[in-house]
Amino acid sequence: MSAEPAIRFEHVSKAFGETKVLDDVSFEVARGEAFCILGRSGAGKSVTLRHMIGLVPPDSGRVFVQGENVGELNSDGLTRVRKQVGFLFQYSALFDSITVGENVAFPLRRHTRMTEKEIDAKVDDLLTQVGLVEHRQKMPSEVSGGMRKRVGLARALALNPGILLVDEPSSGLDPVTSVEIDDLLLDLKRRYGTTIVVVTHNIPSARRIGDTLAFLHEGRILDRGTPRDLANSKEELVQRFLTVEGGT
Amino acid sequence: MGLMSVFAWIGDVFRFGMKSLWRAPRRPFELAEISRQIYEVGFRSAPLIAAAGFAVGAVMSMHTRASLERFGATSLIPMGLGIAMIKETGPLVTALLVSGRVGAGIGAELGAMRVTEQIDALESLAVDSFKHLVVTRVVACMAALPILTMLMDFTGIIGGFVAESVISGMSFDLYFDSALSAIDFDDYIPATVKTILFGFIIATISSYLGYFTKNGTAGVGQASTRSVVFSSLIIILTNVIVVKAIFFFMPGAAQ
Repeated sequence: MSAEPAIRFEHVSKAFGETKVLDDVSFEVARGEAFCILGRSGAGKSVTLRHMIGLVPPDSGRVFVQGENVGELNSDGLTRVRKQVGFLFQYSALFDSITVGENVAFPLRRHTRMTEKEIDAKVDDLLTQVGLVEHRQKMPSEVSGGMRKRVGLARALALNPGILLVDEPSSGLDPVTSVEIDDLLLDLKRRYGTTIVVVTHNIPSARRIGDTLAFLHEGRILDRGTPRDLANSKEELVQRFLTVEGGT
Repeated sequence: MGLMSVFAWIGDVFRFGMKSLWRAPRRPFELAEISRQIYEVGFRSAPLIAAAGFAVGAVMSMHTRASLERFGATSLIPMGLGIAMIKETGPLVTALLVSGRVGAGIGAELGAMRVTEQIDALESLAVDSFKHLVVTRVVACMAALPILTMLMDFTGIIGGFVAESVISGMSFDLYFDSALSAIDFDDYIPATVKTILFGFIIATISSYLGYFTKNGTAGVGQASTRSVVFSSLIIILTNVIVVKAIFFFMPGAAQ
């Protein structure tokens, strides 16, 4: 096992104005691990994820991705890290003025020297993986929310990232589609050893995907461990959250 | 406090615009996106500019005739129209029309991209969103404005000719000779080149408002409206200063 974790947070704090969003948060995500960050809305989950690709800089503390301190990187360094990390946004964030296929081809055109023919084949391959190859020519507005999410996943995977960050994979989706997305993530982890960090408040989904769950509350990690550990957590809030969300 | 925040805002916008000029000649050059934007800003504005130029030229010609007829000086109509169109009306009307069409578009498009996280998505895909979205639009507007102004000047003079020939039957050759007789490079070059600055103003202000949009859909609408209002206002005010500067540095243009 490699000594350097895929992601490491060291005493990270972040505030927006008066509101403290992260308060001295430290954790590590091992390579090939599926790490789920749980917590209520506004607990700082998405901000944690955004720190990992430098979309949000920490006020204090350090964030390491593949051993590189994200906060200290110049734009070339940040580009290098971002190429190794895929990001699936909560509402997919597809480019709405280009087709589904063009969305997936976008990172390939920007960052590879592939020919149009090779890009074409790669896009077909990625869209086949997420079961949407027949929707390639459609505009993002012409496909459903679940499909958009899968297109977002295909786009995030285009550059074969070693790390995949996923913001609320099940938000706005029906339970069946939500499970399909979870299965896609699990498949990725099994087949390619991709490190996956998922932010969610969907407990069943977190249990299905996560090797480690961390419960974030008011900017701090209240508890963390395997799904079984967390089910026996001594933290009352964690227990309440797990029960109310129907996880136990 | 109110006045201070206005100055702070102007300072932020100015720095934003200067940053785009600084970044423009640096890699990646984004040539494909710049070409796409020039097509959007320039080519697709051309019908509007041509139609507006024609109408403005025709109306100006009719008004000029009404005034000059009293003094029996109708032969000066083409010359007056040529000077007015090339020195001031063409550049200013073009800039205001583009700020309406393009400024609103940039404000709304970037605003929508911000609130739907598409700008974050660009960043997550290791693309410099500022370079890809802002620099390309600033360069495109700066390139397109002088060309659109030339189109407006030309169609304005044609519009004037059509209006005049219907009334007086003046020939095409005579009209153009007369219209361009009083125009030299001191008139034409600074008046056209200043529209590069107008292009910079339109793209900078509307990109800034779009790029930093907040408050969801309402914010997008606000960014779009403000893009038009602020860029039009700043263009009109800047024009006063620019004209004064042109007269100072190129006295020939004041004659």
